[in-house]
Amino acid sequence: MLSLRNLDKQYKTGDRALKSISLEVPKGQVMALIGPSGAGKSTLIRCVNRLVEPTSGSVRLGDMELTSLGAGGLRRARRRMGMIFQEYALVERLTVMENVQSGRLGYVGFWRSFLRRYPQSDVDEAFRLLERVGLDDMVDKRADELSGGQRQRVGIARALIQDPDLLLVDEPTASLDPKTSRQIMRLICELCEERELAAIINIHDVMLAQMFAQRIVGLQLGEIVYDGPPDGLSAEVLTQIYGEEDWEATIRKADDDEPPSSVSHGPRGVRREEDVLSGI
Amino acid sequence: MAQAALGPSRQWRRPPFIQNERIRWALWLGAAIYLAFAFGTLEVNWGRVVEGIPRGQRFLLSFFPPDFTSRLDSILEGIYESIWMTVTSTVVGVAISIPVGLGAARNLAPTPVYLFCRIVVAVSRTFPEVILAIFFVKVFGFGPFAGFLALSVATVGFYAKLLAEDIEDMDAAQAEAVRATGASWFQWLNSAVQPQVMPRMIGLAVYRVDINFRESAVVGIVGGGGIGATLLTSFDRYEFDSAAAILLIIIGIVMAMEYSSSWLRKWVQ
Repeated sequence: MLSLRNLDKQYKTGDRALKSISLEVPKGQVMALIGPSGAGKSTLIRCVNRLVEPTSGSVRLGDMELTSLGAGGLRRARRRMGMIFQEYALVERLTVMENVQSGRLGYVGFWRSFLRRYPQSDVDEAFRLLERVGLDDMVDKRADELSGGQRQRVGIARALIQDPDLLLVDEPTASLDPKTSRQIMRLICELCEERELAAIINIHDVMLAQMFAQRIVGLQLGEIVYDGPPDGLSAEVLTQIYGEEDWEATIRKADDDEPPSSVSHGPRGVRREEDVLSGI
Repeated sequence: MAQAALGPSRQWRRPPFIQNERIRWALWLGAAIYLAFAFGTLEVNWGRVVEGIPRGQRFLLSFFPPDFTSRLDSILEGIYESIWMTVTSTVVGVAISIPVGLGAARNLAPTPVYLFCRIVVAVSRTFPEVILAIFFVKVFGFGPFAGFLALSVATVGFYAKLLAEDIEDMDAAQAEAVRATGASWFQWLNSAVQPQVMPRMIGLAVYRVDINFRESAVVGIVGGGGIGATLLTSFDRYEFDSAAAILLIIIGIVMAMEYSSSWLRKWVQ
């Protein structure tokens, strides 16, 4: 699905953020990318959709090479990659519907988007998605009137209405409380399973990553130092990624409330729908 | 903690803004000496001041009672001309400012465009409205057309600069998010940039209407037409009661715009 080959990024300041990264993400896989601040997590996902231009190396989505695309080709390729952001990055003065519809900008013409005359099929899809994330009665609210959890749900709907093959998720829970964080992660993983989306999720919270991802990649100073199943994160591995610290409390025990191996594929700990929708 | 409790308590002072004590005192001393000299050389001719006070009183008294009626036609004509000048120059000025402002925003425009637009802004900001009006009166002759041009050019310097600065201050995350969807440049401008700067654009435009109306009075005095020309005529004819009426009307209109613009700005937030 997504394949990175010897991806390198050197910023103008001379910092080498990514050092020859090679990575395969198959269809339907939810991969968590962990690592300390400055390890290059954000740079890595931004090099995929070229919000940051990689210095060298190759990025392939399916059988399309992304690094050599011109402006028009890049815009078409970006439609296939939905992005979810830290701090939501909604356009605050626009309504929920306008924010969701901005995910369709790559598909509709300028005048339609300028006059907000969205195609009916897009409006239908937006209502369906907003219902799915539990916000169908908030359509005309302005984005800055919503709570953090609600905003991130709008962010998710905006990414999904693009009908992407891949989700790039940058610290989706960084400004959310622990319960909302879990709900958001669960929602993202459920949606990935429903639509067989591949996802790269940058996340600081190691426990959340272990809870929801099928695969963990640890990044340190621009290099992959761990790539394996969530259970493989031992104290030694975490020390290698983050440095010396007492990791005992962070490592998820096998006998926790949600058994890690009970679900063979897809997100772990899928719960009842009411729980997802409650307390937003 | 335990150590601190045992020993003498540690003093704390806010670190001074200028670290070097000598430079700090030298600056204070320098400012004091300059002010002393500045006021020392201010020549006040007290004899003239004493003479001037009764003259000022007579002058002010001749403004009362204001006479709205005897020159009503030319007053109304001046007001209409000023309002026409205000509206057209604001609309044209803002319309020109939008592309210039976009080009003058560091985070939007490539460097050559940025430099060009910044030069346009700097040039039009260099000249105050009166100077521009004198220039356009020389080129196009007396009348409101010269005033309209002067105010339009001045509007570009004001509006494009502040618009560019607002665009530079916008939230980059929102802009990035819309770019990531595959939006074209104009769609991105319309969906990510415009919503962020719109309230300020409206607020500034309304404020500029306010400024342009006041400046239309000044511009008129140098030949640019409008209420300023009427005002100048009444002063020239020593019709101070009519001049008082004109001044009162200007004050009234400016106040009305002041109230409505603050209300409008709150509403568009």
